[in-house]
Amino acid sequence: MRHEVIFSGFGGQGVILSAVILGRAAALYGNKYAVQTQVYGPEARGGASMSAVVIDDEPILYPKVASPDIYVIMSQQGFEKYGAAAPKDALMLVDSELVHSRPQCACTEIPATTEAKETLGRVIVANIIMLGALVTATGLVSEDAIKRAVLDSVPKGTEDLNLKALHLGFELGRNT
Amino acid sequence: MQGNRACCEGALAAGCDFFGGYPITPSTEIAEMMALKLPKAGGTFIQMEDEIASMGAIIGASWTGARSMTATSGPGFSLMMENIGYAVMTETPCVVVNIQRGGPSTGQPTMSAQGDMMQCRFGPHGDVATIAVVPSTVQEMYELTAKAFNLADRFRVPTFVMSDETIGHMREKIVIPEKVDIVPRKPLLKGKLPFEADEDGVPGFAEFGRGHRVHVTGLTHDERGYPDTTDPEVHEKLVKRLYNKVESKRHEIADYDAVNTDAETVFITYGPCSRTVRQVLHDHPDECIGHLNLRIVWPFPEETLKIFANAKTFIVPELNLGQMVREIARHTTGEEVLSMPKIGGHIHTPAELYAAVEARK
Amino acid sequence: MTTRVFEKWYREDRLPHIFCTGCGNGTVMNCAIKAVEEMHWEIDDTIFVSGIGCSSRAPGYMSTDSLHTTHGRALTFATGVKMANPDLNVVVFTGDGDASAIGGNHFIHACRRNIDMTVICMNNMIYGMTGGQGSPCTPVGKISTTTPYGATEPVFDLAELAVAAGANHVARWTSYHTKELTRAIETGLATEGLSFIEAMVQCPTAYGRRNKFRKATDQVEWMRTHAILLQKVRRLEEEGKPIPEEHFAVGEFVHRQRPAMGVRR
Repeated sequence: MRHEVIFSGFGGQGVILSAVILGRAAALYGNKYAVQTQVYGPEARGGASMSAVVIDDEPILYPKVASPDIYVIMSQQGFEKYGAAAPKDALMLVDSELVHSRPQCACTEIPATTEAKETLGRVIVANIIMLGALVTATGLVSEDAIKRAVLDSVPKGTEDLNLKALHLGFELGRNT
Repeated sequence: MQGNRACCEGALAAGCDFFGGYPITPSTEIAEMMALKLPKAGGTFIQMEDEIASMGAIIGASWTGARSMTATSGPGFSLMMENIGYAVMTETPCVVVNIQRGGPSTGQPTMSAQGDMMQCRFGPHGDVATIAVVPSTVQEMYELTAKAFNLADRFRVPTFVMSDETIGHMREKIVIPEKVDIVPRKPLLKGKLPFEADEDGVPGFAEFGRGHRVHVTGLTHDERGYPDTTDPEVHEKLVKRLYNKVESKRHEIADYDAVNTDAETVFITYGPCSRTVRQVLHDHPDECIGHLNLRIVWPFPEETLKIFANAKTFIVPELNLGQMVREIARHTTGEEVLSMPKIGGHIHTPAELYAAVEARK
Repeated sequence: MTTRVFEKWYREDRLPHIFCTGCGNGTVMNCAIKAVEEMHWEIDDTIFVSGIGCSSRAPGYMSTDSLHTTHGRALTFATGVKMANPDLNVVVFTGDGDASAIGGNHFIHACRRNIDMTVICMNNMIYGMTGGQGSPCTPVGKISTTTPYGATEPVFDLAELAVAAGANHVARWTSYHTKELTRAIETGLATEGLSFIEAMVQCPTAYGRRNKFRKATDQVEWMRTHAILLQKVRRLEEEGKPIPEEHFAVGEFVHRQRPAMGVRR
């Protein structure tokens, strides 16, 4: 089954890294095929950045998203640019603090940025919280696979913080 | 693994031991990765002051026997043309990676394109023949970069990896082979002049510091390497040899996939467009749609068109306003040749390409 | 220096050379060969590299491995050679136009990197090979085919530029001062890092003919009488006195041990 996941937010939130981690979890630890691509502008910070992952049980031919079924949106600008046109049968996870609009499709509000700031004291891990919520809300990859992929991808010394964020995300995603 | 990283890994596996480069989006990850990995592998990384200098440095390094490489994108590729011509004239093996972006000029730095396909063939002044490989997957990025080194050494020509932002920045799983075949350049044998070609049109390589006392010049030269810039016969003999040593082997070195060879409608693609066509074929298994995917576009393997004996239409989707389609049209004999240009940064969707098939029904 | 040495380092089968009668380039080439011989360098470990122009034909007459490259780019190729194989001795021949106009960027960056090589610039103050166009080193007021009313742009002081950019050894002499020039080149060859030797040369065909030097020797004589030792120039500067018009400094501009690249460790 082909899934097309779109991540969007502003540059610096780590939406590209989120997609890389999800792709890695699927391809290396989930026994699936995955292709990760992105659209980005000249800004290193700010702007609306978009990253996509295609996950499939079969080898992936067309590598870009054609009809996305899962959205992870972490900024209002990102919603307007990449989320507003989501088809009705899609599922969208939004950061409830940063995204003010709501789509026509099924939508799950995840207070990732709020929790990152208030519970973990580090806003930087909001993307990992979203990733955890995505995994339990959709079952795209296993919790173990995403955990291993997170540990592969985050800087040394930040493993505990990121695992806490991931588990927090798992809980937030499960409760939806 | 990211495409650009696969490019580095393929180069390192092929024994690349010198990289000279200049940062430019969307190729920069290649320079960054080489800066990290080459010194530990016993090689040399140097960031030059511009792309002209990068090209000069890799040619200089190549003459000491190094397997040398640079990576760039459109604007930098334009700057390299002068010394690419020099590499052709002096028969200097080297690999130039072009992660294409939208042009002309600085254009779209972060978006995908295939606008430099003719530049890599005809960019330098004068008559040249070079080799260009084009990957359509991250796996192929690894394999074709490694292969480019062997082709460069065998034919003693600059060899291009004409990839693009889509493949360069895409991440997918690859399988790294245990061993990559390395075919070293053939050395100059005693009694042979440094630019005296063997039967294959390629002279043995007179590596610097080995007592060959070779003079290397971009001027028209004789078999000793000495300039002779006014004798028409010397010039014609040299330039025809440089041209034919590559062009006469185009079928031998052709690298492609041909699917549904009895089809009447046939897509011809290279790079990321090939993946869209594969999707179309996958989504319409009951229809006989032909597909020719070229992994080597220059020298152009014109014989491959004849594989599709029933072809009535060749459809050529490209991320430009129609470049390779001209070469294809030049070699067809009565078939319709349909260009499907696309610029702006995104690749064609399967629906766009299938619409062209339906229109032919 | 005996004929034997020249026979050893020059390719006899390349003669006759293309230089005009009275050209100063041959003198500089001989000084370079003498210096290389004094260093006991081996032919097979030495690489001569050049760009485009009259000066850049020099490596073609020498019996080593040599690389005659594109206009202005010699230093980039030489950088590749030396960085890929630091065991080779690398000497670059260039000219004023080659090094400071089209190759100006490569020039300052090679000095900055301080790559272990010696760069000998034959400064004839003109583009000789293309028939006498003005270069960044054509003095103000002098006639060339592209400055028919006299050059108006300020000139580059190549030696000072090399010092500012970071070269370890910088000297300027002329084709008149052969002993000093040879010694300066030899010091350059022995210096780790980039050595820049500017050799002022006469160009009777493209420069002298248009600028009131009737014979090649007239321009050599002009260089003799207009060269002022660097020490004297510095003294005049300190005293706030003007440098006499059309005069130029000769001598060793710098000799230092900044960290160098392209050295076998």
